[in-house]
Amino acid sequence: MAAIKTENLVKRYSEVTAVNGVSLEIPEGEVFGLLGPNGAGKTTLISMLATLVSPTSGTALVAGHDINTHSLEVRKNIGIVFQEPSVDDLLTARENLYLHSMLYGMPRHEINPKIDKMLALVSLTERAGSFVKTFSGGMRRRLEIARGLIHGPKILFLDEPTLGLDPSSRKAVWSHIRELKETHNTTIILTTHYMEEADSLADRIGIINQGKIIELDTPAALKKKVGQDLVFLKGEIDEAALKALPFVNSVERENGRYKIGLVNSGANLQALLNAGGKIEEVEVRRVTLDDVFLKFAGQQISEDADEHAESIFERIAVNRSARK
Amino acid sequence: MNINAVYALLFREAKIFFREKERIISILISPLLFLFVMGKGMASGTSPVAGYTYQQFIFPGIVAMTILFTSITYGLYIIWDKRLDFLKEVLAAPISRTTLFVGKSLGGMLGAIVETLLLVIIGALFILPLDPVKILLSLAAAFPISYMITNVGLTIGAKMKSMEGFGLVMSFLTWPLFFFSGALFDLGTAAHYIKIISLFDPVTYCVDLLRIIMLGQGAFSIWADLGAIAVFCLATTVFGVSAFGKLQQEK
Repeated sequence: MAAIKTENLVKRYSEVTAVNGVSLEIPEGEVFGLLGPNGAGKTTLISMLATLVSPTSGTALVAGHDINTHSLEVRKNIGIVFQEPSVDDLLTARENLYLHSMLYGMPRHEINPKIDKMLALVSLTERAGSFVKTFSGGMRRRLEIARGLIHGPKILFLDEPTLGLDPSSRKAVWSHIRELKETHNTTIILTTHYMEEADSLADRIGIINQGKIIELDTPAALKKKVGQDLVFLKGEIDEAALKALPFVNSVERENGRYKIGLVNSGANLQALLNAGGKIEEVEVRRVTLDDVFLKFAGQQISEDADEHAESIFERIAVNRSARK
Repeated sequence: MNINAVYALLFREAKIFFREKERIISILISPLLFLFVMGKGMASGTSPVAGYTYQQFIFPGIVAMTILFTSITYGLYIIWDKRLDFLKEVLAAPISRTTLFVGKSLGGMLGAIVETLLLVIIGALFILPLDPVKILLSLAAAFPISYMITNVGLTIGAKMKSMEGFGLVMSFLTWPLFFFSGALFDLGTAAHYIKIISLFDPVTYCVDLLRIIMLGQGAFSIWADLGAIAVFCLATTVFGVSAFGKLQQEK
């Protein structure tokens, strides 16, 4: 059975359509990454699935329950980690978890052992009795994750779980997420705009823009769609010779360097360098999800900008941010 | 309704309430000013109830005032909850809005009852000798009174967008409710327009009920007071539950 199945979900606010007909199926145990620029509809989509916002039309089954008619059943089976921490500042870490466990109807004798386990999982055991208002951003986030997990949800929604965290806290959160998937078979829906995050965690990625899923596949397949490895060369380059090589797909000038798209850079790099001319600088990198994202979402952003932009300045701003 | 969840919500309110000891004390300051400065200072103020001083006469009214201010402030504080994001967690939890509303109401009652208890003890010691039965009856009366007023605060708080409205509610609702309730004077001999307005003021019946309990005499019968309070409790529950049903997570 699918953990989540949506049918043509739409959410329209008075002026904007935040989610515009999303139909998706997410199998149990999958980590699903939802990528998209700001305002693409990620949070609205998650809010509908978590029954916080009711859809304008369409419906979804979450853990087998209809979000429109059985919201309490849906809620019992999911955990949510919000974009902005929602742990209670005025309570201690332990009290926050206790409150949550009671609200989710956990049997009382299970609560305390479970709290200890969760605090240990997110390395907050020593701060269990401290008020949350004394916590750093990373600690709050970890507490929030512990809270989202304590009632053993089948499906966990993580809305930008590592937003604003330092690299080491981010890595810690990632390893918790992987552990969950491996040990509990929890289905995880993750929104993020850190491409590395989606790449390293997600089994499948949906790219959402303007309320629509525009691409949906595994990270590897998505990268393949962009197609190639990238080599950047600087120096006196013989452009024609490069273009003649059979494994080279494209040669473009970009910021004073040549950007060369090719297949299998590992095997072909030597030949490329031999043919290239006098080379001063070489950089090789794999296609990242950034490239994928810019190709699919960025293109659409600039197309839309061309259609709708009222002034040249807006168009420049949009194009520039798409190029970054 | 989900008893575990109601308990959990009450647990949070109790923790927060008892942690802020300064607030518990500071809430009592203005009632004590009314009692010991105004009540004592207006030595010529006459009591309409024979055998009591003016200070003793206003004591039940000041108890009602304490419940009124504590409960309404608590209810309005739900705006803070919206800001603190605590509400987000609760709105996402598998509990009905009715459960949330009841949990919040009970939290407000808890604060009001504690303040009432403190004030009644101070009053019994320094102002108006009260036997234990009267103290218990006063506390019992504080339950429906604080319930109904907390509901009013919660209903307004659920609809309000920002804390700026707080002062407005205090000026345009709380103080008029207090002054027109006859807490400080006898409604029987008051000006006509005051009498008429006071009939629509729920606090009037609260003051009267407490006066009957503590002084043995009020403007209406005890059944009229209880009936009016019951009607207001019911009405505020209906409005409150409906306001909470529409409560949405704010961005």
